[in-house]
Amino acid sequence: MTITNYLVLAAILFTIGAVGVLVRRNAIVVFMCIELMLNSVNLTLITFARSTGTVEGQVIALFVMVVAAAEVVVGLAIIMSIYRTRRSASVDDVNLLKY
Amino acid sequence: MGAIEAPELSFAALAPLLFVFGAAAVGVLVEAFAPRAVRHPVQVAIALVGTIGALVATVLLAGTQDVTAAGALAVDGPALFLQGTIAVLGALSVLLFSERALDPARSAFVAAAAVPAGSVRDRELATSERVQTEVYPLATFAIGGMMLFTAANDLLIMFVALEVLSLPLYLLCGLARRRRLLSQEAAVKYFLLGAFASAFFLYGLALVYGATGSVRLSDVRVAVVTEGGSALMVLGLGLLVVGLMFKASVAPFHSWTPDVYQGAPTAVTAFMAAATKVAAFGAVLRLLYVAFGTADWTWRPLIYGLAIVSMVVGAVLGLTQTDVKRMLAYSSIAHAGFLLTGVIGLGPDGTGYGLAATMFYLLAYGLTTLGAFGLITLVRDGDGEATHLSQWAGLAQRSPLVAALMTFFLLALAGIPLTSGFTGKFAVFRAAIEVGAWPLVVTALVASAIAAFFYLRVVVLMYFSDPAPDGPTVGVPGLPTTIVLAITAAATLVLGVLPGSVLDLAESAAVFVG
Repeated sequence: MTITNYLVLAAILFTIGAVGVLVRRNAIVVFMCIELMLNSVNLTLITFARSTGTVEGQVIALFVMVVAAAEVVVGLAIIMSIYRTRRSASVDDVNLLKY
Repeated sequence: MGAIEAPELSFAALAPLLFVFGAAAVGVLVEAFAPRAVRHPVQVAIALVGTIGALVATVLLAGTQDVTAAGALAVDGPALFLQGTIAVLGALSVLLFSERALDPARSAFVAAAAVPAGSVRDRELATSERVQTEVYPLATFAIGGMMLFTAANDLLIMFVALEVLSLPLYLLCGLARRRRLLSQEAAVKYFLLGAFASAFFLYGLALVYGATGSVRLSDVRVAVVTEGGSALMVLGLGLLVVGLMFKASVAPFHSWTPDVYQGAPTAVTAFMAAATKVAAFGAVLRLLYVAFGTADWTWRPLIYGLAIVSMVVGAVLGLTQTDVKRMLAYSSIAHAGFLLTGVIGLGPDGTGYGLAATMFYLLAYGLTTLGAFGLITLVRDGDGEATHLSQWAGLAQRSPLVAALMTFFLLALAGIPLTSGFTGKFAVFRAAIEVGAWPLVVTALVASAIAAFFYLRVVVLMYFSDPAPDGPTVGVPGLPTTIVLAITAAATLVLGVLPGSVLDLAESAAVFVG
């Protein structure tokens, strides 16, 4: 296994996440796709830490996990508050603001 | 295993950040332990002490050129100038937040955010004087994140600061007392798109790390010089720029801006429009000039294109808006383009006038836009703020003073001489001309002319139309909003008439360390 395989896998996961954000309609699923993107970045970081022989990549991956956890708290709170009013978490229903 | 050495920390150089984060932490404790009745005044006082203390600390630190926290933070001229700017804008925003005279319910913020909008309990609380006073610690954390963002000498610190400033803002957007559904919708949109953009920033960070073996900006610069720009690094830089441009609401990454500016409580919109832009451009300047300044072919075409797109999109779409807050949102997109014109003004070997011009523009634009949004909070009808343009018809007959002030701010945003907007635009255009980017400046002048049309349309509407019989009333602001309007109007005038000393200050501060 060469290092490149891991990088390609991470790029594919990142792309799946990005496409998911753009095409999925449920706010929770969109959010999960964003988490997928963050985790693919973690895989990239770990791979580069190995290939460049430095430890920073692993440390950054830990930081990313902590930040992602904080983001989940804020994000789910916002999505919950809107769900409790509308009984729906679809981003298509969130359409009062336009033009 | 050797013992881990503690990194060297220069507490004096970190004083502005310590003040703000300290105030935010104390604010959280107050929320936990103080009785509800005293929380509001105490929180306002703590937030003001934190931001004004940070401002004083940045003034005292003037002239410092220091890299501290094991190289992760740069305390230099641009960082201190922009930190001071953010502290001023933050303190004024806190004053706008604390206004209690305008709304019959005595605050623009919700009484209890956890109660579902439209429920029985929500209607009971609608008229109560309770306020979700967490807005002050949240705003203080956001201010701290912004100040950290402009001083980050390391991509990891930049990412952490990006999140520290963004997460409180997502929440603040959803805390309006009136039109709660719109407000929550703005929060969801801002959150999902903001998290999406920070994922791009992070992927860019990972690629730059892979290409250079470090995330320290100075190490990246060394790697750029010795190894040249690899494809991996240019791709990483592009993704980093996407993440930062989203925060700076540069087109084509602007899709959230109008919706969020319209839905968020107006005081929060004012805060976002003014302070977030300063912070985002502070990070953009540091990333491009410090890490990639020696290889400007990697970013100059990209920034060039983004500047043109942003100016044109902001100016043209601004024409079609019927809501004052949305109009100012498109104005902010156009101004982001003008700011990028200043970013282009980096000369060879780090010379050039671009950095000082951009910093001056940020200060001028921040104060003006804060004042304009502050005025919007005054024009009200039975359902809260009256933001539809038709409701502003004939406002000069109801309140000549508000109409005159709004005209002044709009003229400053349009860049008419004798206002700070003109000085700022002149400075960034001059910087771009000096490096030969005259096609960009021609585009900017055309975009300014188009944008002037929609600013002047509001002026014409206020002065030359008859007021609707059931039109909005103009509220009498309390002391906080009055102070904000007085300071922002005075600053807009002074920076337009006598800009010399502030321009000199910006120029003397325009030296990056690291």
